Amino acid sequence: MRDDMADKQENSGLKKQIDENLRRVYQQALEEKVPDRFEKLLAQLREKEGGK
Amino acid sequence: MNASPDVRDPRDEMPEHLPAMRAFALSLTRNSAAADDLVQDTIVKAWSNLDKFEAGSNLRAWLFTILRNTFYSDKRKTKREVSDSDGAHAATLFDKPAHDGKLAFNDFSVAFDKLSPEHREVLILVGASGFSYEEAAETMGVAVGTVKSRANRARLKLADLLGLKEGEDILAEADGATTAVMGRSGIQAA
Repeated sequence: MRDDMADKQENSGLKKQIDENLRRVYQQALEEKVPDRFEKLLAQLREKEGGK
Repeated sequence: MNASPDVRDPRDEMPEHLPAMRAFALSLTRNSAAADDLVQDTIVKAWSNLDKFEAGSNLRAWLFTILRNTFYSDKRKTKREVSDSDGAHAATLFDKPAHDGKLAFNDFSVAFDKLSPEHREVLILVGASGFSYEEAAETMGVAVGTVKSRANRARLKLADLLGLKEGEDILAEADGATTAVMGRSGIQAA
């Protein structure tokens, strides 16, 4: 029954449009510049580890 | 650690996952500053638990798991549902014109912001991040069937927030048959 429901939703134009918009939300977030602090943090962690 | 040559060190691989981690964090928090803090905490936690990562397995799913667990445990601790700037992120960044007269993206973003983090999470994981239902289930720590039903409910909630009545047709028990007609014309273009 669950599958019937899923299939129905799969075929609907609404689901397609929702998913298009979801991908756009995600894609825009992906394209934002990642703050430098993360690369710096990774470098620091790596350095700390190397010093063990 | 004796990783075979074809298995990469997760330390080397982690930088590649930063944009995805941040995008996932943004979809949970809907706030840049909160997303950045969440990614920061995730990196530190992941690094100190690298011995628990199974070499060669899906690093992104592993990182996403740490990220969302951190998010929900912080949320439980602070009990602060939404920050003041909730929605502001979408308003500033996602203000692009609608395409083809279809569902306006700005309307979508506003509705998306109103969903619970659990609903945003499942929709982003299965609808946008490219995760399979199995990977999403693993990340969320629930059964595959739960992912599917939660995703269905999240889509219906979204359709409801957008005022799209077609969502009700999908639910067999919906009795909005008369109102369903009204929302239909605009959304069946595809």
